[in-house]
Order: sequence, then C-alpha cells, then structure tokens
Amino acid sequence: MNYTSFLIKYAEIAIKGKNRYLFEDALVKQIKLALKRVEGDFSIKKTQGRVHIECLGEYDYDETVNELQTVFGITGICPVVHVEDEGFDKLAEDVLKYIDDEYPDKNHTFKVNCRRARKNYPMDSQEVNMEMGGRILDAYPEMKVDVHDPDIMLTIEIRDDKIYIYSRIIPGPGGMPVGTGGKALLLLSGGIDSPVAGYMIAKRGVKLDAVYFHAPPYTSERAKQKVVDLARYVSRYSGPINLHVINFTDIQLEIYEKCPHDELTIIMRRYMMRIAQDLALKSECLGLITGESLGQVASQTMQSLAATNEVCSMPVYRPLIGFDKNEIIAISNKIDTYETSILPYEDCCTIFVAKHPVTKPNINIIKRSETNLSETIDELYKRAIETDEVIVIS
Amino acid sequence: MKVYLDNSATTRCFDEVRTLMSEIMDKTYGNPSSMHMLGVEAEKYIKYAADTYAAILKVSPKEILFTSGGTESDNMALIGCVEANQRAGKHIITTKIEHPAVLEPCAYLEKRGYEITYLDVDSSGCVRPCDLLEALRDDTILVSVMYVNNEIGSLQPIEELGKLIKDRNKNTLFHVDAVQGFGKVKINPKREKIDLMSVSGHKIHGPKGVGILYINDKVKIHPLIYGGGQQRGLRSGTENVPAIAGMAKAAELLYKDQEASIDRLYGLKLHLINELCSLEGVSVNGLPGEARQRTEGIKETCSLQVSSDTVRRTAPHIVSASIEGIRAEVLLHALEDKGIYVSAGSACASNKPSVSKTLKAIGLRQDLLDSTIRFSMSVETTYEELDHTILVLKELLPSLRRFKRR
Repeated sequence: MNYTSFLIKYAEIAIKGKNRYLFEDALVKQIKLALKRVEGDFSIKKTQGRVHIECLGEYDYDETVNELQTVFGITGICPVVHVEDEGFDKLAEDVLKYIDDEYPDKNHTFKVNCRRARKNYPMDSQEVNMEMGGRILDAYPEMKVDVHDPDIMLTIEIRDDKIYIYSRIIPGPGGMPVGTGGKALLLLSGGIDSPVAGYMIAKRGVKLDAVYFHAPPYTSERAKQKVVDLARYVSRYSGPINLHVINFTDIQLEIYEKCPHDELTIIMRRYMMRIAQDLALKSECLGLITGESLGQVASQTMQSLAATNEVCSMPVYRPLIGFDKNEIIAISNKIDTYETSILPYEDCCTIFVAKHPVTKPNINIIKRSETNLSETIDELYKRAIETDEVIVIS
Repeated sequence: MKVYLDNSATTRCFDEVRTLMSEIMDKTYGNPSSMHMLGVEAEKYIKYAADTYAAILKVSPKEILFTSGGTESDNMALIGCVEANQRAGKHIITTKIEHPAVLEPCAYLEKRGYEITYLDVDSSGCVRPCDLLEALRDDTILVSVMYVNNEIGSLQPIEELGKLIKDRNKNTLFHVDAVQGFGKVKINPKREKIDLMSVSGHKIHGPKGVGILYINDKVKIHPLIYGGGQQRGLRSGTENVPAIAGMAKAAELLYKDQEASIDRLYGLKLHLINELCSLEGVSVNGLPGEARQRTEGIKETCSLQVSSDTVRRTAPHIVSASIEGIRAEVLLHALEDKGIYVSAGSACASNKPSVSKTLKAIGLRQDLLDSTIRFSMSVETTYEELDHTILVLKELLPSLRRFKRR
C-alpha cells in the first residue's frame, strides 16, 4: 500500500495545559531528528493538536516507521492514504480498495468515522458514515458494524485539498519527548541493565549524559568500545549523549590495598557516585541514573544501596529497581542492546570482586574503612577527574 | 619504543610486497581469465607466484592452489579430500592441538558420519609417533597434523609421521597445516610424504586474505567453491592477483637468506627464554621434556639455562610463557600500554574467554591456564626489542602481582 503521510498520536502531551506547545515543539524536533536518519523528504506540520508527517516523494515505509518508533511522546503512528475528491462514488471505490489492501481477511467489526474539515462537502459527517457503512457491508458481507468497540476504526477525513483515509494504528514508544524534562547523568557499565535504565529515563523526556569508569590494564579497549556502542544504541532514543570516560584504575587499586576486601565493591561504588555527581553538577545534570535492581547482586541490597546513596545529594534515579532480570532483558532486546551487553569483556566492577562481598554493609563501618584512604584519595580523585575524556555519541 | 611480538597472529607486510601490490592494482588490474593483454599480464603474476612456491617447496607449479588463506586451505584439504575419497573409508586422524580451522571441519565431518581420532600430545606439545601408529586403521583416509603449533611453538616430527603413515597404507592421505611452520622450518613435502599442505600469506609478511594449498598431483580432491572454473576448476573465483603476487614476493624475500634468518631467530628465542626464566614465577611452555621440567620449578629457576640444542627442537619464533599470579589479559593490556604487543593464549580464539585446548593438552597446571601469554617473533624482531620487553616485565610483574584477584 502507498501511504502518503503519517498522523502522529500522542497522549500525555495533550494534558499539559499551557505548556502544551512546549511539548509539541519538542516532539516535532525529535521527529525531525529521527527522520534525518531516513532516506526521503518529509514535511512535518503541527495542526489542530495533531502532528502530521507528509511524505514528499519516494521513501522507505519500514525504515520510516522504525525510526518513528524511537521518538518518545508518540503513542501511535497512523499511516494515511490520500485520495482526490472526485465525488462520493469514487470515494467509496477508494475506501473499498483501501479495506481490501489493508485487511485481506475481512472477518472484522468496523465503524466509519468521518471528520469533515471542509464544511462545504455536499454530505455531512453522519451521512457519510451511514452511506459508506452501507457500501462496505454490501461489498464485504463478512464485515460487521460495531459502533462501540470496533476492530477497525476507519477514519475518513475530508480536507480542503484531499481526502485522508486511515485506520491502522502502529504503537509508538509512549513517554514524553526528549528535551522536555531536563538532563541526567547515566552510569554506564557495559552490562545489560544500565543502557536499559538510560532508555527508561530518556523515555520520560530526559536528555542523557553518561559516564563510564575505565580501568586499564584490567579492562580492555574493547570493553570501552562496547560501552561506546551501547551508548550509541541508547542515543537512537535519547538523542546525542556526552559520554565521559574516567580512568578509575588508581582509585580502585588504592581501595584494594587499603580497605577490607569484602567492602571493595561498595567503597568503589561510593567513589563512582561521588565522581558521577561532580560531573553531573558540572554539566548541568539534575540527577544520576543507575541500572540497579533491588537484591540483584550484593551491591544492590537495600543496605548496599543505602551505603552508596549516602554520598550523593542529588536525586539518583533507579528505574529498574523493581524489575526482574528477565524483564530487563526483554527491554534490552527491544532496544537492541542485549547482544552487545553480553559480550564477554571484563568491566571495572568485576575485576577485583571478592568471593564473598558484604551484602549488608553498615554505613559507619564503611566510612571508617574509607578513612584508611584519607592520605591519598584526594589527590587520586583529582587526577581521576582530570582523565575525563568526553566522547560525543550521536 | 613499539615492540610487536604478535607475529603468529599476523605480520607486517614487507615494503616490497606493498609496493608490488599497489603497482598491480594500479597498472595490471586485468582479469587473468581475460583474453586481452591486460589479462595476460595479470596471469603472468599468477604463474610467477606458482613458480615461486613450487621452487621453494620443490614441487610442481600445478600442485599449488591459491585460496583465501589458511582457513580455506585447511577446510578444503579436509572436506575436499574426504568427499573425493569417501569410498576408501570413514576414519580421520588429527591431534588435540590443531587450529580451529582443522578442528571445526573435523567436527562438521563427525556430524556427517565420519569417525575422528584426536591424538594426545606429550608435555612439550608433540605427537608421539607410536600413538599415531596405534590409531592408524585400514579405513583411515586422512591424517592431519600441524607442522608448528601456533600457541606454544612445538615442532611435530612430520617426516617420521609421514613415513609411518605411508608404510602402513600408501593411500592414506597426509595433510599438514604449515601456517606457522612455513618460512620458519625447512619443509620438503615430497620427502616428508605430505600430500596436502596449507600456507597463509599474512603470517609471512604477505597480505591478508590469501593462502595456498599444496595438493600432490596424485591426490583426488573436490572443490569447496564452484563457479567460473578458475584454477582448473578446483577453486572458482577470479584470482586475487595482487595478494597472490604479494604473497609470492614475501616468500621470495623470506627465502633469500632463509638459513641465516632461522639461525638468528633461534638465537633470539634462546635469549628470550633464558631471560624469561630468570624472572620470578615465570616458566616457558612447549620445550622438550627435560628442559621443561627444569623451568617448571618456577621459584628456583634463576640459574638454570636452556640449551641451544633444546630450543632447536622447537619452532624458532614462538615462546609461550606462564606467569604465576597474573591474568594473561591484564598483563597483555599492561604491556600494550608500554607499546609491547603480545597475545594471550591463541589470538584467533582470544575474543572468547575459553580455555586453550593446546595448553590443556600439554597438561599445564590449572592455575596457569589463564596466566599464559605468547611472544611471537619475526625476521624483523631485534635483541634490543626483547631486552626492552624483559625490562618492562621486570617493572610490571611485581606491581601486577600485588593486585591479584583474591
């Protein structure tokens, strides 16, 4: 079928009162960004509380829909067929052909929904609904009318220049357009969870920056490349990401030498959070995002989270906190990060991990252990921050 | 200082090879099958390459087949021969330390109903001829043994094995994967009773994506790739003229002064082994029996020296060393940081953190399996580079050992 335009449906934006235009503008901007990745020319218009994408000339339908499905804020994508107004009989012919192409199996209930933007059309909406319904029933006896809960809501929109026919709604990703909700810093490790966490927060309209803690020679260049690749997948949804790469080796080794081994991971994570918060403040981020899920590993018990959270004053968003691993994997597959996430390179969280790390750390004990670092850590911390390498992912 | 000691993974292309190849791409870009002059000129390079390899191996040019590299050569030798000779039997013999390019086709053939015997090796990584003798049967159609092991540099007694096979049954075919051996040891397929032999271009300072398979004139073999009937129908596809010529040029240069360069490599290897053995907690793998036991003592190795005769019983360019208490990958990256490039286990498989079959087969201690790195040299390696490497190791090992996984 040749669709000439797409009607974009959005839900939450419509209830944002006087801020509505801000959300709509952000949506249009994100759609434009997404469609830049598609071959073809498009014109995007905002009219009467709707966004309309006109396809000018040749374009690839599947590719276009795929890209639109990465734009947060879109709840539905309706592919539209345009026909000329050449009288009602011709319109009925076009509609019957449309139904035949779109629904080869006719065993559906339907309802005709005419919207008459051009008021001088010879029939009013109700007449069009009834007459068209009759013609459809005549042509396709298997189809039945259901005005309350139809399988097919067939919309016929009579406009000044053309008549639009559409019925199918392809689900969009939902959420809010990126750029409507500030910016946050994602702690990206290379595992399965953190890219999903970034996706989830971006879905609420938030722009992302990210930080990766690199520990050469214990982690390889390939591990770093893997994180860059993951950030690229997330950026399809979130827009450009500034990825900070911090060399964490010296801090990690210092903790390894000076602190009890079973507390290594917790203390390490406390330093990661401190560094992340510093970077976030510098880059105008309003919060941190982690992929933590309650009870998943030793460092993600309530006690451990309390201990890592204690060093942060800015909000830490943990969108996966109540998710099971298989639920996280499902999203990871959906956003294409899973295959990359499971590549077997060591990340800095696994290299020195103790066989039996503490699962219920006591904050006071952890703090006391950290005093073992007091002589050297300020200098190491400063140097780590100085290693910050920013990779722009877009 | 940049020190490249990963020559068994791949080598730097010789300058002359690069020049020749770019000239061919620029001027002699014809298709060797074309009837016009440009085609004829291109065909001359194929002839030159076949002649070069034939002369080096003392075989006939028509016994040289050009392929896309060692892997294709190995696949064709195994699958192509077995298919053409299936009526003679369904039994194949190989070893536990072969490259995946041999082991995987074997696994494929196993699924198709062939029976494969995998020979053990001794602690120095060598096949025991008596084991082969025991494994040979009336229905054995093919024996495949590598010349030099890619991970530890052990040298197989190919001539002895060849004689053994042919004495038992002259129809049993003998394939040798010489990807690591070619250019590093003297090879004479006819004398060693080799029927098929794989060689790769990029391991001998030639380009990647090209290799040869020597196929004895009398061997029946089926092609793997069908098409336009190039190379007597055995390997269709337009010949990769620049790469084929480049690979020949590389061999020509390598063989100009081969004996001297092999001697020099053995000198380098002996030096590296003795320096490594002087480091605490470092042992060298793949050395013949007695020497290995001496270096295994690890802590009290310092004064023991490996003799030149011992080293000469191995390949001249590969040194496999186990370093107690340090993970190979970490050491590799730490060395990389200092500009020294080595590999952990076998590079072709090192993307997957799987335990090396070769290291297991020589009975390496469990805790050393993940602590073994490979230094592999080439004619371009210098004493200075090795000394620098040892110096860096002396500096790195103590600090890396402080931070081991507990």
